[in-house]
Amino acid sequence: MKQYETVIGLEVHLQLSTQTKIFCGCSTEFGKDPNSQTCPICLGLPGTLPVLNKKVLESAIKIGLALNCKINSLVKFDRKNYYYPDLPKAYQISQYDFPIAHTGYLNVKTGDETKKLGITRAHMEEDAGKLIHDPAIKSSLVDYNRTGTPLVEIVSEPDMRSPQEAYDYLTTLKLHMQYLDVSDCDMEKGSLRCDANVSIREEGQTKLGTKAELKNLNSFKAVKSALEFEVARQIKLAESGERIVQETRLWDESKQITISMRSKEEAHDYRYFPEPDLVPFMVEKEDIKNVRTTLPESPSKKQDRFIKNYKLSTYDVDVLVQDRKISDFFEECVKEYNQPKKICNWIIGPLLQEINSNEKGISNDRLSGINLVAPTAKTFTDLIIKVEDGTISNLVGKSVLTSMLDRGKTSAEIIKEQNLAQVSDEGALEEIVATVIAENSKIVEQIKSGKESAIGFLVGQSMKKTQGKANPKKIGEMIKRRILND
Amino acid sequence: MISKKDVQYISHLSRIYTDDHEAEALAKNLEGILTYIEKLKKLDIKNVKPTSHVLPLKNVFRDDILKESLGQKNATKIAVKSEKGSFKVPQVIE
Ligand SMILES: [Zn+2]
Repeated sequence: MKQYETVIGLEVHLQLSTQTKIFCGCSTEFGKDPNSQTCPICLGLPGTLPVLNKKVLESAIKIGLALNCKINSLVKFDRKNYYYPDLPKAYQISQYDFPIAHTGYLNVKTGDETKKLGITRAHMEEDAGKLIHDPAIKSSLVDYNRTGTPLVEIVSEPDMRSPQEAYDYLTTLKLHMQYLDVSDCDMEKGSLRCDANVSIREEGQTKLGTKAELKNLNSFKAVKSALEFEVARQIKLAESGERIVQETRLWDESKQITISMRSKEEAHDYRYFPEPDLVPFMVEKEDIKNVRTTLPESPSKKQDRFIKNYKLSTYDVDVLVQDRKISDFFEECVKEYNQPKKICNWIIGPLLQEINSNEKGISNDRLSGINLVAPTAKTFTDLIIKVEDGTISNLVGKSVLTSMLDRGKTSAEIIKEQNLAQVSDEGALEEIVATVIAENSKIVEQIKSGKESAIGFLVGQSMKKTQGKANPKKIGEMIKRRILND
Repeated sequence: MISKKDVQYISHLSRIYTDDHEAEALAKNLEGILTYIEKLKKLDIKNVKPTSHVLPLKNVFRDDILKESLGQKNATKIAVKSEKGSFKVPQVIE
């Protein structure tokens, strides 16, 4: 049987998180009433002139630099012509032969290796509107709010060799973009969209096979599943000697298959020409240097630094670095209380658990997420210190954290208010110990006959009776003394 | 050579209706334009700076500051048909 190699390239559209659209002052806010955020420019009325939003160019340069690209000093825009009701001008302003950035790469951890995956180009363009198809009225409704929202399209080289690699590329790209703070990268809201080009070829071949372009990939998982389905489909065709045709295929999420979208041939005849309404832009070396100084530390650099400086495991660091704000928070905490491993455990354990269970689709700013009061480094480390010095037990510590996040109070306030301080005073624990011993005579016998591990059960019973407030170490000592010295 | 078929293809892409007669005439016109461009291509332009725009302007920006939009009512006023605050167009099926 022949062996096949999979070849995948991805096209990612990122919606930039600017206040206003790329060529006009309309808001880019998501989810507003249809057509409430439109003006003569984004509606494409005659006689209007687009003017480039400066922040779009800056963000695009940032993206280019973060992807190790060369930045073109001449920036110009072109018209991509096609007729569709979501495009009021009947052309999209995009960049054709001089994209803002080209020839870069992204280092992607995949499996046990790190692969350097090529970036062909990144260019700026405007988004189209949204169409709602209503078969009941035999019409489509168009909302132009999204029209003119700034996009950067990032095109990769066909460097990926498996659906998993494509998935890893995509998550790594998303993480890097989130660190740049240029987009909220939310696939559900459509601020990150991905199309995939996939082909197969016999192992050892260098020529690219005939590709299919996959669309309608609405989640990271969908990208992977659609690619897996498509690779299997193409191999089956090749095995049976059938021809693979170049086409666009849609991913059907409910059926988990790709379907041919028999598109008209002219669809790719966009007749690009230079956009006469926009003058060219010169990006000077100085401008690039300035943008470069604003770039944050990249997630991969941060990863390496965390492992080196804080002596944390790769797993711990991976979790911390998945969210720029969380990793920044970690470092602030370490400044307050120099116990990196303890702080890391509290963050990736109880804190993230709380955040995740309260999260409602917030991806970029989980620390200030809905319904939760973000702890400060000071209040968070205060809590950890209280557990470490025995003021409260570990268990109570977790519930105090929950209250802190819910109500924005400090651990000291909550401990006082709910009388949660750990009880270590023997006098106060005496009665509990006595009751537990009296209620569990069988266990006591076992302990007496040498099964000391059973003490743990009695400690647990005592903790229950005190709602976790008793100092378990102290209780253990007392029980042992009582039973064995009797 | 620009054929009548080329003209019909382009006019379809541009959604401009041309009848047989017009297409034939346009093919001749376009042919003339392309011949002229072929002539231009032969000019010696060694000393001419490349340009992508006729105006001696560059770097015209705006800051990322909100401006008032038209609003739903005003925007859809220009629609041939509208419904639910949206532009209503003949059904598009992908
Ligand atoms: Zn507008």
